[in-house]
Formats: sequence, C-alpha cells, structure tokens
Amino acid sequence: MEFPDELQYTEDHEWVLVEDDSVTVGITDFAQDALGDVVFVELPDVGEMVELGKPFGVVESVKAVSDIYAPVSGEVIEINAALTDEPEVVNSSPYEDAWMIKIKPSNPEEFNDLLSVDEYRALTEED
Amino acid sequence: MKGIGTSGLILNEKLLFEHSAAGRKGYSLAQLDVPESTPPQELVRDEIPGFPELSEVDVVRHFTRLSTWNYGVDSGFYPLGSCTMKYNPKVNETAARLPGLAQLHPATPQSLAQGALELMHGLQGALAEISGFAALTLQPAAGSHGELTGMLMIRAWHEAQGRPRTKVLIPDTAHGTNPASAAMCGYEVVPIAGTGGVLSAARVAALMDEDVAALMVTNPNTLGLFEAEIREICAVVHARGGLVYCDGANLNALMGIARPADMGIDVMHFNLHKTFATPHGGGGPGSGPVGVTAALEPFLPKPVVVRDADNYRLDDDRPQSIGRMRSCYGNFGIMLRAYAYIREMGGAGLKRASELAVLNANYIRARLEGTFDLPYQGRSLHEVVFSDKNLANDCHTLDLAKRLIDYGYHPPTIYFPLVVHGAIMIEPTETESKEVIDAFCDAMLAIAAEAQDNPALLHAAPVRTKVQRLDETGAARKPKLKWTG
Repeated sequence: MEFPDELQYTEDHEWVLVEDDSVTVGITDFAQDALGDVVFVELPDVGEMVELGKPFGVVESVKAVSDIYAPVSGEVIEINAALTDEPEVVNSSPYEDAWMIKIKPSNPEEFNDLLSVDEYRALTEED
Repeated sequence: MKGIGTSGLILNEKLLFEHSAAGRKGYSLAQLDVPESTPPQELVRDEIPGFPELSEVDVVRHFTRLSTWNYGVDSGFYPLGSCTMKYNPKVNETAARLPGLAQLHPATPQSLAQGALELMHGLQGALAEISGFAALTLQPAAGSHGELTGMLMIRAWHEAQGRPRTKVLIPDTAHGTNPASAAMCGYEVVPIAGTGGVLSAARVAALMDEDVAALMVTNPNTLGLFEAEIREICAVVHARGGLVYCDGANLNALMGIARPADMGIDVMHFNLHKTFATPHGGGGPGSGPVGVTAALEPFLPKPVVVRDADNYRLDDDRPQSIGRMRSCYGNFGIMLRAYAYIREMGGAGLKRASELAVLNANYIRARLEGTFDLPYQGRSLHEVVFSDKNLANDCHTLDLAKRLIDYGYHPPTIYFPLVVHGAIMIEPTETESKEVIDAFCDAMLAIAAEAQDNPALLHAAPVRTKVQRLDETGAARKPKLKWTG
C-alpha cells in the first residue's frame, strides 16, 4: 500500500497536498482498497464553503456509500469533474488522477492537526 | 459438494418486447351491439412505438418462468441480517384474503366498516402491549416511512416546546435510513462511535447539548448486540431535553422479554414485514407503525383509530397532529396479516419466537466462530456478524456470498454494518429447524475450506445458477436502464 511522503493525511483517510494558496484533497490508497470498486463520486460546486471535519462529498462503491470529510475549512476553488464519468480512477490512481477538490484554506492553523505519513501509516496498521 | 443447490433444467425466457408479434393480443371483446362512434381526435392515443403485442399465454408463461428463477423464504433459507426474513405463515394470507376484508372499499362509511376498524384498533393494542408505548399510528407504509413519521413527531414536539433544535445523534452501527430520515427532517446528523460495538452513556453525554433534538438507536443494534446502557443513555438524553428514537428493525430479539418504552425510548417504529411475519414483497408493500409515549401522543398522524363506548371511529380532530402520512389508512392488508400472526402466536408464542431467534443465531455463532473471524465478541442476540479476515487466498465476503448461492442458500447481508470490514451478517430467525441451520453451517465451513484448497471455486462463483457472476461494478458505473432492441 502506497502513502506518498509529500502528502499529509486525516484520520478519515483523506490525503491532503498543501501548496502556497491551495489545498488539494483526495482519498488514500487504503480508503479506495477498503471501499472496493468505486462507482460514483459526488463533489461540491466551485464556490461552496467547506468546514473542517464536515462532509463535502460522497464516494459510492459496490460495498458502501461513504462521506468524504473536509481536512481544512475554506472555499472550493476547483473540482475534478472528470470523476463523474470515470469514478474508476479513484481505484487506479488515488493520488494523481483522482484528486477531488482544491480548497482555498481560511484557517492555516488547521494544518497543524493533519497527520504525517508516518502517523497515518501507523493508523492504517492499527485498523 | 454437499448442500441443497443442484442444477436442473431452467427454462430460458426472453423479454416481453422480444416476444411481440404484430397484431397478437390477449383479449377478445363481445360483438358490438351499439352503433359505432368515432371519438374526438384529441382523445385518440398515439401509437406507442415498440409496445409489445402478446397473447395471454405469452404473458402467463413469461411471468411463470421468471418466477422459477426467484428465491424467497418459501424456497429456502434466507439469512439476510437485519431483515428478519422469517417464514410467513399461510394462515395470515387466508385471513387477509377473506372477501369481507379484501374487498372492503377504503371510502366505506365508518359505520359499515366497524369490523376493519376493530381489527386496526386490536393491532394497535397488541403492538402497544408488546412495546409498552402509550399510543400508535398504523399509517406508515415502510420502516423508513415510520422513521420519517417518528422524526417529524419529534420535531413537532420540540417546536411545541418553543425550539425545534438542530442536531440528531446517530451511532456508527445505524441503518443508513436513520441519518437519511433525520436529514429529511432538516437535522444535522452527528455520528457517535461505539465502544466494543455498543454505545456508552458517557460518550452520549459528551455529545449531548441543548441543540440535540434526539438520539436515534437500534436495540439490539446492527451488530446483534444489546445496548446494555440504554436506560442510562435515555436518561442522559432526557436530562438535556432531548428525545430517544428507536429503530425497531431488531424487535424480533425482544418480544415478550423487554419493552422499548420501559428502556426510556420515546418513539419507535415497528416493521410488521420483519417482526410480525408479513411478506417483504418486492420492496413493498411494507408497514411501519410508530409507537410513542403519552407526551408525544397529540402529534400522531391523523386520523387515529379510537374506540368509543360502543363503536370504533377515525378521529380527525387532532390540532397538534403532524397531519396525514399515507393515503387512506396505511397498508391495511399487511396489518391484517400481522394481527393474524400476533393473535395466533399469543404472548407466550411471541416470547418463544424471540427466544428461538436468539438461540438460532447463537448456535450459528458457536458453530462458525472457530473458523470465521468474529470482530465483536459481545453476547449475540438475534444475529451475528463475522468478517472475511480469516478467508484464505484473497477470498473475500463477496466471493463467499456468491459461493453460498451455489450451495442453495440466499447469501447473508454483506458489507454491513460498516464498522465491520468485510461484514457477513447472519440472521437465521426462529423459523428454521436445526437441520436447516446445520446444513447452512456445513456449507459455510465447506466454503472456508474451499478458500484454502481451491479458491478459484469462490472467485468464479456462482457457477450453478442460470446466470453466473454478474458485473456489478459495470452495472453501477454504466447502467443500461432502457431496452433498445
């Protein structure tokens, strides 16, 4: 199972790429593997506000429907609309092609609560 | 291979559209004995392109053949966890088909429908006795509809206190319909994690505040575990002005043993199609009556069946009612079946049914827990949830479920509850004999051995069915919803 070092993570199995003025979010390799074949992804609209720890979208697999939680608060500035037609890339490319949304963060202090790759790997090994 | 599944001649069947032949029809009209007239053009229906033209025998054979592909509680064991797929006694069907009941028009004046009203009143009384609630509505047409009804009453009660509140607490073992019902009533859903598979009063207390309208619980919960702290939990919620909703899906574990109202529950829906042996149908008709405490009684949907000195009537004069939840009076035919079941079983019989449902689940647990992983070790009630952790050679829950079909069993509920990774949720109900349950356990154990020795059997399953492993992923990603010839 792959967890890129340059990313940060949440306990709800989202990955987070923090850049200068945006935060990119997707779900981890662990999450896609646990969900199984993803068949539907629902994302917010650009311009919507998301709040730390609250659901911003939905991933549906053949097994279950799961919420995706915002790792930080802020405004949605871009979404990966291609996932609507090709949800399978969540399984095949969780960290690259299946990025889900970009957020313009409103409170950078929230970054302190994100997990490092080592912390996240330890969490998945507990499960 | 042991098990009840064998292969035999299964007739193929085309779609009705593919049977169609121009001009073929399934009716014959008497010779015209009045002058022919030509209707106005605007009333004449356009031809429906592609509409199948069929004879009576085409239609009868079509549906009869399709029915032979079906699998139901009348064909075999159906251990679908959380669904309580018990056998539906045929005497209930007889009762519901009595012409005086089956042909009763819903608009019949109340004075001429006293028998029907008396039966509804009797069912309300029986459900009140089983659950301990002060009052009931029979209107909701399904469990989820009952949830919506119950949550609307909770909302109305809070509004009557001056503030509707904003949040509903829901444990992580809940049925998916619970958060959906709360959200439909405008509430924000706050999930609560369990401890060892059950809720703790301390954790509820930590989340409970003056914005929480209700806690929605299922007891026993979807892991088949009794919420042992339920009284303390209800007290914690009540102390902060909230109410407790119970999803009655698992009432089959409790009849005659414990009453939800005595636990401190304020509102609960029943699933007549689960606990009280009425058919689940193809997604309906179901019936989801809702019981409430005396404090919530004014908010019941109207009309309510009441008894006066010497007659029964429908009471519409209920100013605080949330209104009508269903046309006419609910699914009356389902109520009749449930009432016939309750009256035939009697109090002692219902208690015995719950005891046997619990015994059967625990017997399955005892036979399988040495082989299958049991993630939550608490004492099981009416159902038991295993995981696929111990299955060898990359075999998973879905493969096990498909292989069970080859052995002649309906698979259990899979991948639910979500707190168990690869969940296999087995609810045998009380209606199965030891022989049936043993044969099922033998099949489960044989499949676990196959996973070890010949995993290809699981990965290819089912192989003995008319159609083999379906591409469920493809069907969900690229659904074909229309016949295109």
